[in-house]
Amino acid sequence: MKQTALIMGMPITLEVMDATVTQSDLNAVFAYFVSVDTAFSTYQTTSEISRINRGELAVENCSAAMQTILALSEQTKQETHGYFDIQHNGYYDPSGIVKGWAIQNAASLLSARGYQNFYIDAGGDIQVAGFKDGYPWRVGIRNPFKHSEYVKVLTLSDRGVATSGTAIRGQHIYNPYHPDAALLEIVSLTIIGPNVYEADRFATAAFAMGKAGIQFIEDLAGFEGYMIDVHARATFTSGFKKYVLQEI
Amino acid sequence: MKKFAVAALIIGAFLIYSILYDHSNAIPFVPTSATETSTATDSTTGSSTTTPTPSSTTGTSSGGLYKNGSYVGSVADAHWGSLQVKAIIKNGKIADVQFLQYPNDRNRSVDINNYADSQLTTEAIQAQSANVDIITGATDTSEAFVQSLSDALTQAKV
Repeated sequence: MKQTALIMGMPITLEVMDATVTQSDLNAVFAYFVSVDTAFSTYQTTSEISRINRGELAVENCSAAMQTILALSEQTKQETHGYFDIQHNGYYDPSGIVKGWAIQNAASLLSARGYQNFYIDAGGDIQVAGFKDGYPWRVGIRNPFKHSEYVKVLTLSDRGVATSGTAIRGQHIYNPYHPDAALLEIVSLTIIGPNVYEADRFATAAFAMGKAGIQFIEDLAGFEGYMIDVHARATFTSGFKKYVLQEI
Repeated sequence: MKKFAVAALIIGAFLIYSILYDHSNAIPFVPTSATETSTATDSTTGSSTTTPTPSSTTGTSSGGLYKNGSYVGSVADAHWGSLQVKAIIKNGKIADVQFLQYPNDRNRSVDINNYADSQLTTEAIQAQSANVDIITGATDTSEAFVQSLSDALTQAKV
């Protein structure tokens, strides 16, 4: 069963291969994404994050989910030498971590209902679980220069994959050490990680590092990356090839 | 695949548009009125008949949402170039969306391998033809698409 809905300003697609899946399972996942959007959308003036940014809600008084995100953001900031930072000009914009976290929680929701073979794709960041018809899921890496093409085919099972570009909706990535410097050299950075939460947050942080980002991923155990620069050259980590579809 | 991607974008843009403009007091995005993605596959024929209806809750008549004609959208910044679309409306529905501008300018100069000392490898990117289930990518271009198309459809609005 496969469905798409527009939530958080992006298409979210679920496909569950397990035969017992029902419409109410998919509805529950979509409803979860809506609840995340209600709390974390910087586009909605009534969201919890907007109230925090307007000074109407103290951080100490916000929801458990918000506290979790703020704590995870701080942890990620430290793990990425400050390159990941949800605070910019005094405002919080946690979209660089919320999306991956929400996909991960949605995947847990499906797992808790006993499903083992599915994917969740939210705006190009993906969690895959199990298999499709006995084979790992095939994930294409979009050609950043040509929307209709993909430039690599990955075979993934029980992994997360996320791609950062220059201006993802609600997630303007910048280099916190040089906030005004445009990130022009790198066009696209795809990260494969143990889950989509990990892949997404490190994709965001490594992208902010510019050309150095791929080396950061190379040094990070359990992660692989594929970086495309403005010259249409790709640079990939040493273990990346094991995920690439081998054409016969 | 190209047609599928474009069709999926069109449907996505159309849904965003219909939700934003036809449910002026509703929340921006409707979660549970999920669209079967199979409609995207069907619409690759370009036929207007497969364009999904915005929602069963709309009170609009069956006469269609838009005036017939061609509408050129605004030029939107797709970050690596400009993007502009033209929407063709037939029978009050979106029959086709054409790209007038698409970001395609890239510097073809040869890059020097800066990673000679590490385990990293470089290669020229190359389009693949094997079938895929899902595509990972940043959403910047599609956003510019939505922006330009929304502008075109605003002009077309009855």
